[in-house]
Amino acid sequence: MAEVLVYVDHVDGAVRKPTLELLTLARRLGEPVAVALGNGAADTAAALAEHGAVKVLTNDAAEFADYLVVPKVDALQAAYEAVQPAAVLVPSSAEGKEIAARLAVRIKSGIITDAVDLEAGAEGPVATQSAFAASYTTKSRITQGTPVITVKPNSAAVEAAPAAGAVEALAVSFSDAATGTKVTARTPRESTGRPELTEAAIVVSGGRGVNGAENFAIIEALADSLGAAVGASRAAVDAGWYPHSNQVGQTGKSVSPQLYIASGISGAIQHRAGMQTSKTIVAINKDAEAPIFDLVDYGVVGDLFEVVPQLTEEVNTRKG
Amino acid sequence: MSLRIVVCVKYVPDATGDRHFTDDLTVDRDDVDGLLSELDEYAVEQALQIADEADDAEITVLTVGPEDAKDALRKALSMGADKAVHVEDDDLHGTDVMGTSLVLAKAIEKTGYDLVIAGMASTDGTMGVLPAILAERLGVPQVTLLSEVSVEDGTVKGRRDGDTASEQLEASLPAVVSVTDQSGEARYPSFKGIMAAKKKPVESLDLDDLDIEAEEVGLEGAWTKVDEAAERPARTAGTIVKDEGEGGKQLAAFLAERKFV
Repeated sequence: MAEVLVYVDHVDGAVRKPTLELLTLARRLGEPVAVALGNGAADTAAALAEHGAVKVLTNDAAEFADYLVVPKVDALQAAYEAVQPAAVLVPSSAEGKEIAARLAVRIKSGIITDAVDLEAGAEGPVATQSAFAASYTTKSRITQGTPVITVKPNSAAVEAAPAAGAVEALAVSFSDAATGTKVTARTPRESTGRPELTEAAIVVSGGRGVNGAENFAIIEALADSLGAAVGASRAAVDAGWYPHSNQVGQTGKSVSPQLYIASGISGAIQHRAGMQTSKTIVAINKDAEAPIFDLVDYGVVGDLFEVVPQLTEEVNTRKG
Repeated sequence: MSLRIVVCVKYVPDATGDRHFTDDLTVDRDDVDGLLSELDEYAVEQALQIADEADDAEITVLTVGPEDAKDALRKALSMGADKAVHVEDDDLHGTDVMGTSLVLAKAIEKTGYDLVIAGMASTDGTMGVLPAILAERLGVPQVTLLSEVSVEDGTVKGRRDGDTASEQLEASLPAVVSVTDQSGEARYPSFKGIMAAKKKPVESLDLDDLDIEAEEVGLEGAWTKVDEAAERPARTAGTIVKDEGEGGKQLAAFLAERKFV
């Protein structure tokens, strides 16, 4: 059976959820061979084996942390040459897309980014993508070389599918370009204890209507009652009320949770681009004419300062 | 010596318009007005700020696109860029990111550069990979997705805010940089800038000028193929209630019914 290379996104050996989703999709195309790089690479093996990786190729050279992107491209290329896979799948993080794109140039392959689904097809993998702020759904395939595809978080379910997951050392010789861009300092993002925005099953977002950084506490309280991640519209981020890392929209994160709750967000195209594919959408807004109401499964026209705390209290009561 | 900055910009259909695909499944450029991609304005802005700090600098804006794409170049020139290069050729219709990056790389090399600056992504294709591919093709460092950027003594430095960490980056010129929408608000062209832009040189190049064969680009030369594009069905109209004091409770009941609580 053909092998499919899966690039592993992990933090010091803890595999991030989108990689496990990628293994689900990879198994539709062949036998997943995972590539884990950097500090803790070998520690990823148990989780990857549990979800279907037949092999885990690892390399923990210091270069992966000390220089930007290129050392990882060199390693993924080494894995590609060793495995000769039927496809290369990479999580659609900003870095993942850059790694995939540079690999594609090197191996003379076409690239598809931000797939939301992947199926085996007669002429290679068929990728589903959302286009034009999710107003279109397209199906595409790669016509040149080995398909290189990046896949967005929440595109598939995480499934247990135990496999051998044999750890093998990956030999990498770094290119001259590998040390071109030095990482001189790294500050980890502080953990909020809430789920990762792009991975969360529920996202609660606040916008212009929240009207101040201090008022985001009521958005956070609702999020915590539901075990949700917190998002913010561009207007709220530009106003300095919430960090850019939580921005949902075209220039922030694109999310596709089971439930999206928009509070005080009008629903401009910028924002819709980042949340339109959510399964269930709920909005609370003072303005009955706000375009967000065109998208909702349930909408409340009202003052979010009344509705949101009441909702939070009711959710907490129902949870008992 | 003068710091030679090349800013790559894209002419895109207005993201606030009702965008569609044409029959050959390329982006419909006729139904919606085109403009300079909003995210490229940040690249022009940072180029202008870097040029201001340098003793001597020259900014060239570069685009690949149809005749109308000159509008995007004019906008960048009116913001303050010095000159423009427009790669235009009928054979380019339907070119994918691999072909576009090939054309841009050749045009950048022909123009001469110390620093290439691009936006974080286009607002139509939204791939966000072109700057990394350009660095690969040009064989120079990639210093991408910066929220802050500066150039001093032949070194580019910047801050990249990633998913799990914020990184400080450093590379020697020549290099390819991309900047995010967090890098600083782009300026509006002044009336003087708009008038001056009309006199600034716009060089036109075609594929022959760049020694690129027609087969390497265009819809036929693309390494990816879109087989289907379907308009997403409109969401079915939901329930909308006016809060009469019980709105939060009603919403909780809906969430419970959908098993979210």
